[in-house]
Amino acid sequence: MPSIESGLYELGQLDSLARRDTPIHRLDPRAKVLTTLVFLVCVVSFGKYDVLPMLPYLLFPVVLASEGDLPWRFFARKLLVVAPFAVVIGMFNPLLDRAVILHLGGVGVSGGWVSFVSILLRFGLTTVAALVLIATTGFVGVCMAIERLGAPDVFATQLLFLYRYIFVLGDEAMRMVRARALRSFGRRGTGVRVYGHMLGSLLLRTYDRAQRVYLAMLCRGFDGHVRIRGQLRLSARDVAFTLGWSAAFVLFRLFDVPLMAGLLITKVLS
Amino acid sequence: MSHHSIEVTDLSFAYPDGTSALGGVTFRITHGESVAIVGANGAGKSTLLMHLNGFLSPSAGSVRIGDAPVTAKTLPDIRKTVGMVFQDPDDQLFMPTVGEDVGFGPMNLGLPDEDIDARVDDALSRVGALRLKDRPPYRLSGGEKRAVAIATVLAMQPSILVMDEPTSNLDPRARRRLIELLATFDHTKIVATHDLDMALDLCERTIVMCDGAVAADGPTRELFTDDALLEAAGLERPLGMRACPVCGATG
Repeated sequence: MPSIESGLYELGQLDSLARRDTPIHRLDPRAKVLTTLVFLVCVVSFGKYDVLPMLPYLLFPVVLASEGDLPWRFFARKLLVVAPFAVVIGMFNPLLDRAVILHLGGVGVSGGWVSFVSILLRFGLTTVAALVLIATTGFVGVCMAIERLGAPDVFATQLLFLYRYIFVLGDEAMRMVRARALRSFGRRGTGVRVYGHMLGSLLLRTYDRAQRVYLAMLCRGFDGHVRIRGQLRLSARDVAFTLGWSAAFVLFRLFDVPLMAGLLITKVLS
Repeated sequence: MSHHSIEVTDLSFAYPDGTSALGGVTFRITHGESVAIVGANGAGKSTLLMHLNGFLSPSAGSVRIGDAPVTAKTLPDIRKTVGMVFQDPDDQLFMPTVGEDVGFGPMNLGLPDEDIDARVDDALSRVGALRLKDRPPYRLSGGEKRAVAIATVLAMQPSILVMDEPTSNLDPRARRRLIELLATFDHTKIVATHDLDMALDLCERTIVMCDGAVAADGPTRELFTDDALLEAAGLERPLGMRACPVCGATG
């Protein structure tokens, strides 16, 4: 299944992006994690029919991505891959909610369509923000940040291991799928049953591996804590970054900036 | 130094499902010895290794490392003394970067940062992998992974090195390099392997296992010429001790 392969490859790519050296990459991981958190909370808290007030939030990923020297096409591709989920979630809104709430140049737009667009926008913003965070901080940096920010140790450790072994697991799954494909002679009808068995044996293998990894850890004095090394130093720049952006997010949330801008423009013009 | 010795007395072990894996294994390995444990698949080599580190506890008999028996109480010390290199390096490299992985053990020992750094650099340069320090483990080749896995164990500064199939899945040159590397270590070494040529190069003594018991224990060169023994244990003479396939000459 090439999709597993390319998925792993892209994860690896995200990792190499995180190793670049730009002002954004040099920021303290905690600053970026906190700021992204405020961003997510603000975006998610918008009302069902809000579309325009959310637009200013695009500024954050755009500024970070350009300052952090991240390739746009990479994110666009990622978004397209996960977009179907959001589309499915919002799909029925236009059908169920047909009350016209908006007129665009004489065409009535139903509430369903507005909320559908709102869902897509929200989804795009949150996904891109998370991707930008990882691409500028690195997965390990994010883990370290949430650990230092006081999240339970177990949580950070889990994430760390998830990231390390997803490659191993992916490889294993890929080999299995290949082995199956080689003996199914192009027929796709090998059925759900085979997949069930494959998943089962993958689970068992994973379980065995987990045990071996644990033994290897015990061998080296593991006592329940994975200590991530690295000094984090919060500088004035980090504080300014966090406070500045967070203030902007809260402002965008409290005041409808596009509306105000529109009113201002019409006032100036008239 | 007495904590470099291993004494296994009448060791038996059965898995919880009743499969008997070891039956009455006895041997003694003294300081600085290099011993190969060979035997067919399923002869009990890996099960035996698991006992040296206290991962499995014997159904009967005992294991002593140095002066201490392997018990729940002595385990932390035993694991510091006995460094174990696993068969699959992916099981052993679990941290995000090679450097952090090698530093994992020393960090758990509670060493100060400078000491950890020194140990990491030392261990990595001993296996010739210092340049890999900042790489994530999943991006390494098989040979590199193996070298780093050994470095993670060296960083703990164990007195005894236990290795399970160290040369499996390596290309000939990586295998040769690994053998040369292992030859430079003056630890007490125990190597479970199917690679009898490596055993010949590296270990002056060999223990042949067969069906969970010791079939023979003696100088490697002698045992590997005993065709009846090798046949019974499911092994073959190492290539280095066979007649030349072209001219028929031996040696």
